[in-house]
Amino acid sequence: MIYLDNSATTHPHEEVLRSYQKVADVYYANPSSVHRFGSEVERLLQQSRTQAAQLFGVHSREVIFTSGGTEGNNMAIKGIAFMHQNRGKHMITSSVEHPSVMEAFRALESLGFEVTYLPVDSEGKVQPSDVSDAMRKDTILVSIMSVNNELGTIQPIREIGQIVRPFPKAFFHVDHVQGLGKIDLPIKEYAIDLCTVSGHKIHGLKGTGALIVQNNVSLFPLLHGGGQELEARAGTENLAGNVAFVKALRLLLEKKEDKRAHMSSLRNQLWHDLIENQQVVINSPKNGAPHILNFSVPGYRPEVMIHALGEEDIFISTKSACSSKEPDVSAILQACGLNSDRTTSALRVSFSYENTEDELRTFVQTLNSKIEKLQATMGR
Amino acid sequence: MESIYLDHAATTPMHPDVIEEMVPVYKETFGNPSSVHQFGRSARRLLDQARRTTASSIGANEKEIVFTSGGTEADNLAIIGTAIANQQKGKHIITTSIEHHATLHAVESLEAQGFDVTYLPVDESGAVKTEDVQQALRDDTILVSIMMVNNETGVIQPIEEIADLMNSHQAYFHSDIVQAYGLLNINVKELPIDLLAVSGHKINGPKGVGFLYVREGTQLATLQHGGEQERKRRAGTENVPAVKGFEKAVEIITEKRTSYREAYRRYRNRFIETLKEESVNYSINGAEDKTMESIVNISFPGMNVETLLTNFDLSGVAASSGSACTAGSVEPSHVLSAMYGAEDDRTTNSIRFSFGLANNDDNVEQAAKKVSQIVHRLSD
Ligand SMILES: Cc1ncc(COP(=O)(O)O)c(C=O)c1O
Ligand SMILES: Cc1ncc(COP(=O)(O)O)c(C=O)c1O
Repeated sequence: MIYLDNSATTHPHEEVLRSYQKVADVYYANPSSVHRFGSEVERLLQQSRTQAAQLFGVHSREVIFTSGGTEGNNMAIKGIAFMHQNRGKHMITSSVEHPSVMEAFRALESLGFEVTYLPVDSEGKVQPSDVSDAMRKDTILVSIMSVNNELGTIQPIREIGQIVRPFPKAFFHVDHVQGLGKIDLPIKEYAIDLCTVSGHKIHGLKGTGALIVQNNVSLFPLLHGGGQELEARAGTENLAGNVAFVKALRLLLEKKEDKRAHMSSLRNQLWHDLIENQQVVINSPKNGAPHILNFSVPGYRPEVMIHALGEEDIFISTKSACSSKEPDVSAILQACGLNSDRTTSALRVSFSYENTEDELRTFVQTLNSKIEKLQATMGR
Repeated sequence: MESIYLDHAATTPMHPDVIEEMVPVYKETFGNPSSVHQFGRSARRLLDQARRTTASSIGANEKEIVFTSGGTEADNLAIIGTAIANQQKGKHIITTSIEHHATLHAVESLEAQGFDVTYLPVDESGAVKTEDVQQALRDDTILVSIMMVNNETGVIQPIEEIADLMNSHQAYFHSDIVQAYGLLNINVKELPIDLLAVSGHKINGPKGVGFLYVREGTQLATLQHGGEQERKRRAGTENVPAVKGFEKAVEIITEKRTSYREAYRRYRNRFIETLKEESVNYSINGAEDKTMESIVNISFPGMNVETLLTNFDLSGVAASSGSACTAGSVEPSHVLSAMYGAEDDRTTNSIRFSFGLANNDDNVEQAAKKVSQIVHRLSD
């Protein structure tokens, strides 16, 4: 089995799972209960918050545990919109964001907010100058992802942060779900006000994640109820899930340079091997994130390719899993201005630091032979 | 010293079979259900299966189940979702003054947006009156939200009567059944109700999962935008392992309902009998004949909640003063205030004991003896 769909989700690390089981089994009390058992759980919750904060380089009051990336993005975008609409109703994002950002903005548009969707270049990159041009006096939020989930394109977050910083009314949100661990993102230094991360993309568990919210930023809550998560997110805390998330984070950042170097070298090898096949066109930028490589095989429907590879126990994907139900065309590649040959035949390989050179070599060989076979049956 | 846990209404330990059910899913079926390859498809199958099991536990159709991150999210989705989607029909909402904060704070946020909310009173029995609902209903009422079992007193509300009454009115009827689900037999084929909120961690399932029942045809706006998961009613990568654990918890409690209820009735009676035998001065809050066997809320005249809880805790009895979500700071109970008036001593001298899997005949009696000793000591 060769699993190359780590941008859709990853398998949980053995140690993460063990942490989860242990905490779920032993420390099940509700941290809001005042008895010692509850206080003990509260203490562990604070401890995991502090550890997460250290790993993100922020204060522990700035870590809000969530149920995942989608919740984090919704909470950040709608939370800013509803809390600060008296300052202005204009927001800026890009045309290649994940649906959990895109759809949140669409919902706000229907409520009278005005959203600018910035274009991208052929590699999926946002131009900082476009951000500058789009900034207005009534702009209250700029939301740009750190790494694109289909292409692996790294956005100029640092530059954008510098552009937003002088606007006192505007907040800067970064969807860092795909970038976490793969690229460095110093939150304070880059002037990021809100940053979304998700557990299941980093060998953590589904249903876990966090939104980092800088101290001075107030949000209208998405979920109302008890005063959990520093009054920012109601609902009984999932301590075991949060501990597991922090564990995954720690494992991810351990020897992160080695992990990145390994993934980069896998990506280079894959790139090199793929372009040997004349029918393959690479869509990802050369200097993209180390774990994603997107390419097209024009004339072949991605579903057919995925199915053919699946028969050999090799798992890759088309575009983001969340939009897999739509017809085959990739909206992201369309936004990059690629022609329909490429937008309708895109495949995404995404690896983890656990994948090996051999696996990728097998993948390319299998891909090539499948293309050949399909070509024969299609009578070309 | 091992504490005796009498706080099951705050949260419950996971059933060992639940964890056992989850681990292999984490290890083997970790795919993203939206992925088209085999990993995705097998995850989807588990999800579909769990959806059928939970649906059939309340006589619903699987399409009517929306998995959420817990009870708070389910309540918020039900209340805010129907209010936003139906505001053209009217802006009046009816609820009660004894709801959980997940409901109360959700309707308060709607009030701030121009909705008009009626908070029905309760009498000393702790139950709302169907006539009060009838009187409060207006042509522009779009939602009635009343919990089935109160989490502080365990008092069962006349949901069937209210549902029958509402049948001829346009307003949707939502019930927070977090404390009732599993122990009470609830069937939406017989009960004309539109929405029901359930939480996993109250029935020995995992934290971070729950569901909202949404009767087919109900107009509901989404809270969390993004991918097309949960029939576009709740975006976000599905938490398949937790849902699977939840399914197991549902199966267990459905099968064991009768024996659990018998055991809890015994525990409850034993607990009260012991206080009586030990000549403790106490009174029970809420009509006893209308109370769930899993909860007993007891007032100790002349005592103070905080002193009681601290002393119980030191002697190894873990209980709460009511809703755990507000218990972190021990405030006078909003539920008891609604029953007796804010000035009544019972709002500051009452303790909630709640029974569950961590109990047996012995430890319940032991706990009651410890409680008696402490109350005697403190009244000297
Ligand atoms: C860039 C990006 N943002 C957000 C999400 C949503 O995260 P989650 O699946 O945890 O809801 C994903 C993954 O699905 C993603 O790739
Ligand atoms: C009646 C009631 N409703 C809602 C909730 C909230 O559920 P959760 O803790 O899963 O968010 C609770 C428990 O905290 C409850 O007792």
